Amino acid sequence: MTGPAFARLLRGALPALSLALLLGAIFYLQPRTMSYFGLNLLLNLAVPIALATVAQMLILTVNDLDLSIGSYVSLTACIAATWLRDTPLLGLLALGGGVLAYGALGALIHLRNLPSIVVTLGMSFVWLGLAILVLPTPGGKAPDIVRALMTWKPPYVPFPIIACVVIAALAHVALMRSPYGAVLRGAGGNPRAVARAGWSLLRVKVTMYMAAGFVGALAGIALVGLTTSADANIALRYTLLSIAGAILGGSEFVGGRVSPIGAVIGAITLTLAASFLSFLRLNPDFQIGAQGAILILVLALRALIGRAEKDR
Amino acid sequence: MSLQEVDSGPAPALAPAAVSLAGVEKRFGAVTALAGVSLAVPKGACVGLVGHNGAGKSTLMNVLAGTLAPDTGSVAITGRDVTAGYAIATARENGVRCIFQEGSLCPNLTVAENARIEHPSLTGFSWRTDAGRLIRQKLDEIFPGHGIRPGAMVADLSIARRQMVEIARAFTVTASPVDVVILDEPTSSLDQTIAEQLLAHIRRFVEAGGSAIFISHLLGEVLEISDRVVVMRDGKVVAERPARDFDRDGLVAAMGSVAAAASAAPAASRRTAAPRVDIDAGRGSTVRLTAHTGEIVGLAGLAGHGQTDALLTVFDGGGAGDRVEGAVAFIAGDRQTDGAFPLWSIAENLGISSLGALRRGRLISTAAEDALAARWRERIGIRTPDVWNPLLSLSGGNQQKVLFARALASDADIILMDDPMRGVDVGTKQEVYKILREEADKGRTFLWYTTEMDELLICDHVYVFRDRMIVADLARADLTEEAVIQASFRHDA
Amino acid sequence: MSAIAKLARQPWIFAFVAAVAVWLATAAFTHGQGAGGVLSVAFTFATFFVIVAIGQMFVVTLGPGNVDLSIPATMTLAGTVSMKIMDGANWMILPGYLIAVAVGLVVGLFNVALIRLLRIPPIIATLSSSFVIQSAAIWYNRGLRVKPPTLLADFTTAKIFGLPVLAIIVILIAAVMHVVLTRTVYGRTVIAIGQNARAARLAGLDVGRVRLATYVMCAVFAASCGYVLAGFSGGAALNMGQEYLLSSIAVVVIGGTSVAGGFANVPGLWGAALFLFLLVTMLNTFGLGAGVRLVLTGLIIITVIVIAGGSRANAR
Repeated sequence: MTGPAFARLLRGALPALSLALLLGAIFYLQPRTMSYFGLNLLLNLAVPIALATVAQMLILTVNDLDLSIGSYVSLTACIAATWLRDTPLLGLLALGGGVLAYGALGALIHLRNLPSIVVTLGMSFVWLGLAILVLPTPGGKAPDIVRALMTWKPPYVPFPIIACVVIAALAHVALMRSPYGAVLRGAGGNPRAVARAGWSLLRVKVTMYMAAGFVGALAGIALVGLTTSADANIALRYTLLSIAGAILGGSEFVGGRVSPIGAVIGAITLTLAASFLSFLRLNPDFQIGAQGAILILVLALRALIGRAEKDR
Repeated sequence: MSLQEVDSGPAPALAPAAVSLAGVEKRFGAVTALAGVSLAVPKGACVGLVGHNGAGKSTLMNVLAGTLAPDTGSVAITGRDVTAGYAIATARENGVRCIFQEGSLCPNLTVAENARIEHPSLTGFSWRTDAGRLIRQKLDEIFPGHGIRPGAMVADLSIARRQMVEIARAFTVTASPVDVVILDEPTSSLDQTIAEQLLAHIRRFVEAGGSAIFISHLLGEVLEISDRVVVMRDGKVVAERPARDFDRDGLVAAMGSVAAAASAAPAASRRTAAPRVDIDAGRGSTVRLTAHTGEIVGLAGLAGHGQTDALLTVFDGGGAGDRVEGAVAFIAGDRQTDGAFPLWSIAENLGISSLGALRRGRLISTAAEDALAARWRERIGIRTPDVWNPLLSLSGGNQQKVLFARALASDADIILMDDPMRGVDVGTKQEVYKILREEADKGRTFLWYTTEMDELLICDHVYVFRDRMIVADLARADLTEEAVIQASFRHDA
Repeated sequence: MSAIAKLARQPWIFAFVAAVAVWLATAAFTHGQGAGGVLSVAFTFATFFVIVAIGQMFVVTLGPGNVDLSIPATMTLAGTVSMKIMDGANWMILPGYLIAVAVGLVVGLFNVALIRLLRIPPIIATLSSSFVIQSAAIWYNRGLRVKPPTLLADFTTAKIFGLPVLAIIVILIAAVMHVVLTRTVYGRTVIAIGQNARAARLAGLDVGRVRLATYVMCAVFAASCGYVLAGFSGGAALNMGQEYLLSSIAVVVIGGTSVAGGFANVPGLWGAALFLFLLVTMLNTFGLGAGVRLVLTGLIIITVIVIAGGSRANAR
């Protein structure tokens, strides 16, 4: 195996290795988690985070960043807990409108060559405002089907694991294995070459933003299924979590290098980091700090590998 | 001039040419890149295209590829006029493929996935296998023993292998045919054996009825592969003949312009004291690049052969064992990326390298800034009513003067020039040349990368670069255009 | 006439015009009742926005991809640490402030170290460090709310002729920073880097040191804001920085600074901060809720960036 390919393999394995390490440590500290019930509890919240992270990763693929995903997930959670339950048609229309709005944002950013950071920053206010309008005070109730799905107890394998595998597999097939997926990623790696081969970069961007809007909406619905009720601030921290998770999972900021499987693993790792600390009997206040520390550690390891690669 | 003549009898024109251009002109602002070019590429022939920097080869190629629309003139494919609405898509449908010099692969995708980007018809469940098989077959055909896996990430491949993938991808046939292939410096990053494999493939392709346009600075290659050779200069075709009627020296002579009037008698050599600059310019150069006080040293050769990197080495103070004595300033050639601050006024752009001297106390004095800008507006002739107007209100040539003034106004002893006179009008050039000489006489040292021959003739000493090495070291007395072109184009290939 | 035309061309004018318009609309609705009081309150709250926005503006001006996401965490940490150390003692006010500044220095250096050593975009570096900083604040604070020294609390709420003392000080600081931006080698270098980092290097400017200084300065401003905000609101709270993340960027953008970098202006920060606060007040007066307010804020940010971004594109 050649040097750079080995380094890439190592870098690719980094997310999985850190997850395995963390999981091992948790099992060691708290053997009871090594059960159907324990895993279910540990990983429950990973499902919406994994979806939000995949959404963020889709935006990262085309060299943009979405600072509004957290408030968007909040909004879709609020819609799911109110309209989707009471008047399903209206709920679906509203969620579809969100997806279309994402597509329009992609078009705006591409056509006017705007920095995605500021546009999505502005949108984060808009989504949050809409969420408050939909659900002024915490409350609502998850639609029964969603609730039933999220609390489903399939035999042998806990539901969160199945859900994460399905999410990772679908995203992987769509982005890494489909013929158009190659074009989408290529547009992140060398947009000029993709345009020169006759593809529309506008279409690429709109596709990616709409896909992100769709997956983000799923994250909101899944979240409500777990918490049963919603509030407008329910997922605000998902913005930072999703960026951290995608980066942890091996996605890069520019150049269209992304990994859907890695993104899901990154999201699970961040979810577990919190539990890990509580099992260490450390102050739960360190939760966020641990997530940050893991992020820095992984980035440092990646930088080291990158440097070794360069020194050859 | 006998060299100016164009062979009157064009190729045996029984069948319509695979692709042809007639009277194509293309202008970029004040610069004429193509001044009425007509060119026909017959079926089953390879046309070699040579020319020195700025001759218009790349522009011509972009017109053929459909990435640039010509101002006037027409494009025809197998005799059909396709000028109206000619674009990338039309070119592809009609079987015209291009291999661009700067690379068109997506580094984050695999070899097979890159094939898919270029070939939209690769779809369906087994597209990855199909794409992989197609590209592998073509690689096997062109470069036996290539050792490239279709599943390999392009970022992991060496530059040579990326070039091989790009070539194989262009020759791969899917939904649209491959009739004409345009190759811009395809062998620049390939070693001898692989380059020969490519040349053999092009021959086979041509003999099977295809057409090729082959651009290269390796004249031996061009003569070996081509049926006809076209020589361009200053946006025009200046010679077109069957390849067998040319030899290397003939090509070199055809590429050169009319011999410039002998410049003033060489000044007494300033190469007596220790040099101010003494660096190792690029991998394995046997000659070191040196420059002395009061000298104008030219860096010549084809564009992109390591001259700018040599300047940047000096800018960064050189590596171990190098010597750069004195303050350094840099004059950009690529104004947009290396020089201009587009949101600023002329005065702010001009004074940015002299901020220390413009301070009164801790603050920058607007009055001092204004005075400095006014002085240089006078001296170098920046045509503006007000130095506080935006830089972008100036013409390109005047913007360039601002960059000159920025460096000259600073306290730099060594001034690096990265081909800054590209696209500047003749009058401006003469004014600047005069100032350069004056400044050199005052004791400044100039390192001047230039692609223009007349500018080299102003220099006291010239180094010719090829393949990121110094290949010729010409003192003023030995400096001729022919010597520079001879050194710039490799003959051993 | 030309003076008016020149004024109209100033990039900061729109923020002020918008602020005045919103204020007048509010005053009209209440028939002028309490209009002066609203303005005074607006100045108080705008002050905090402006302090953090000055630092963020310098960072944003460094060019695309430069933004400091660790501002809220830095505010919280500086606020909690200084409040706890001062422990309400008036004589500790100055040492307490120096401690807050030290927190800012450390955070800034940490951010720059991450950017440099890990070679990651500033956005990710400041994001990761914000996690760690926030956690440090939580750990240090342990849910306690230490009251600020009484003198500090009085100082942050004091007024002269109806204008908050703090606002006057920050107006002076803004004036100084305006001079720093436009008339010092440092300020010029920041703007040059934002327009064209490569050209700045080739023009002989010290790009690395200026970047470092800018991130450190931004963190120090954030820390200072945390200090005074904790003093103002009766102690440090763990979520005290929350709304300053997006707001600091919003104030910078609405104030007329280019998000693409290379163009900044300080007066606009005041206009934008006042506008944002007065907008809230107006919508409250009209009886509209937080939802409408947020939606409008977002749409305004996007409108501003679409207009400003367009003009920049045309200038090229």
